[in-house]
Amino acid sequence: MEEEVFGLRSIMNVYIESDNIISPLGFTTEQNFSALLECRSGIKFHKDKKYSQNDFYGAIIDDISLDDHFSEMADPIVYTRFEKLCISSITGALKQSSIDVSSDRTVIILSTTKGNIDYLSESSEDMNPKVYLWNTAKFLKEYFKSRNDVLVVSTACISGISALLMGQRLIQSGIYDNAIVCGCDIFSSFVMSGFQSFQAISYSPCKPFDADRSGITLGEGCGTLIITNNQPVNRKKNIKISGGAISNDANHISGPSRTGDGLTKAIDKALGEAGVASDKIDFISAHGTATPYNDEMEAIAFATSGLLKSSVNSLKGYFGHTLGAAGTIESIVTLESMRQNMVIKSIGYETSGVSQKLNIAKSNIQTKLTHCLKTASGFGGGNAAIVFSKVENE
Amino acid sequence: MNSRITQYCIIRNGKIFLNGEEFFSSDSPESPMVFFKSSLKHLNISYPKFYKMDSLSKLAFLASEVILIQDKERGSIPNDRVAVVLSNSVSCLDTDIEYQKTISDRNNYYPSPALFVYTLPNIMIGEICIRNKYQGENIFFCSEAFNADLIYSYVNMLLQTNKADKCITGWIDFLGNTYEAVLFLIEREGNSNTIEFNVENLNKLYKGI
Repeated sequence: MEEEVFGLRSIMNVYIESDNIISPLGFTTEQNFSALLECRSGIKFHKDKKYSQNDFYGAIIDDISLDDHFSEMADPIVYTRFEKLCISSITGALKQSSIDVSSDRTVIILSTTKGNIDYLSESSEDMNPKVYLWNTAKFLKEYFKSRNDVLVVSTACISGISALLMGQRLIQSGIYDNAIVCGCDIFSSFVMSGFQSFQAISYSPCKPFDADRSGITLGEGCGTLIITNNQPVNRKKNIKISGGAISNDANHISGPSRTGDGLTKAIDKALGEAGVASDKIDFISAHGTATPYNDEMEAIAFATSGLLKSSVNSLKGYFGHTLGAAGTIESIVTLESMRQNMVIKSIGYETSGVSQKLNIAKSNIQTKLTHCLKTASGFGGGNAAIVFSKVENE
Repeated sequence: MNSRITQYCIIRNGKIFLNGEEFFSSDSPESPMVFFKSSLKHLNISYPKFYKMDSLSKLAFLASEVILIQDKERGSIPNDRVAVVLSNSVSCLDTDIEYQKTISDRNNYYPSPALFVYTLPNIMIGEICIRNKYQGENIFFCSEAFNADLIYSYVNMLLQTNKADKCITGWIDFLGNTYEAVLFLIEREGNSNTIEFNVENLNKLYKGI
């Protein structure tokens, strides 16, 4: 009986209700997408000793603009940077949605790698409780008067897509009707120093898939998607999550698999669940961190999965790598691309620096987008893939 | 058909329990590091990567080895039908603090990639996957306390929608000298003389010892 129930529910559609992006490029999805259309990047040259002793490129949200924006919601002095980003983004997404955040049928899912990492001290005795991720979840639960506990997903660079898939799956299991999936991470000396120690930071704004790429540019931001089993009536909101999968390389904790077999598995399973053949994928929003190994691994996986005809971009050249926010922000841009039938130029790319002939967007391309794939891969060997499909006349 | 809890392991206070029976007890329960090392020895495992892991991953690794003792086929071929779903309350804060010490003093600045990589709570999942060649679904949740409802809902969904045949799931927490591991092996087609997989049984086994 139970199997039957699940069998039926597994085909339940989960739709995108609304979304919001907070980044150096703006405080709404529209502002961000307009910047992308103009090929404006949020990455700038910084000399800020708070983050790094050496000068660096990064995508950092301007403090004054953030507090200005936030003061419409609450007093900026009372909240941490991380909290301000989450509150701003969730509030922005809720504004365009009719779902009730305080309903027992709605759950908030937070995707983050480090939360309030700027409050971390050097000993466990005098720990500021803000550093506990569950405490951040509690804070959001109280702020938004959510009936259900806020769930936290933390799986490195694949956190955002994992959280989205978790939301979709919990809705399909019948536990909730709506999920507010918020991905967020702030810029920190903690993460910056770590990637510097890996020699993984780019000397210039990052250049995904390019022959001259030399590593990652970090960023900060927040992206929120509200997903629901209730098909929105608004014509603009006609996209569903048609499939998704998470896999592990089982190869190395800090380096991607050379063969891309883990990512290939995630992609193939996601396409299988979506019922979409690989040649029907119009566009791939790649992870594209611009490290030599990551981009090559992705290229091999896309080739193996039969995706060499699809248009590809990486948005890391606009937002930097926003870690726990990357999956949600880049999914939202994918959705907006679908609504406007516009593939955004993969900024920083000129000459191919990978072994496979990917179809990387060298300019903005107006083209019909029906099925799109978003992927991510990260530390710990995790890979995630999600398929978004337009709902036609359902 | 309900899935079954076919194996479960609890590690607390210098003792390891397998399916409710004491499996190993430490001579020096006050030191987790000594305990973990002697546990590995007791399991008769030669695995050099273990010594590079942070405490959280060591704990997760040990608990997974204990529940997989009887699984002779593991690690022989890549397997994308086994999922790993872990959770805890402190994420990887123990290693975060260690790492923070290496960067807070400008005159004594020594961040290392080998330590930094463990400042992510899902690395312990990666370690279990590498050891056993598991390429299936994996996720990490953070919650204030053991959340049987969430674990049950998510794992049951993975099994019932055929995203996995088996799942290693549970709670792995480590901060300072305080630690706790409660790990379950859940099988969709598990033997009917094992424990039924449901919220009540997860809570009962978690509180059990």
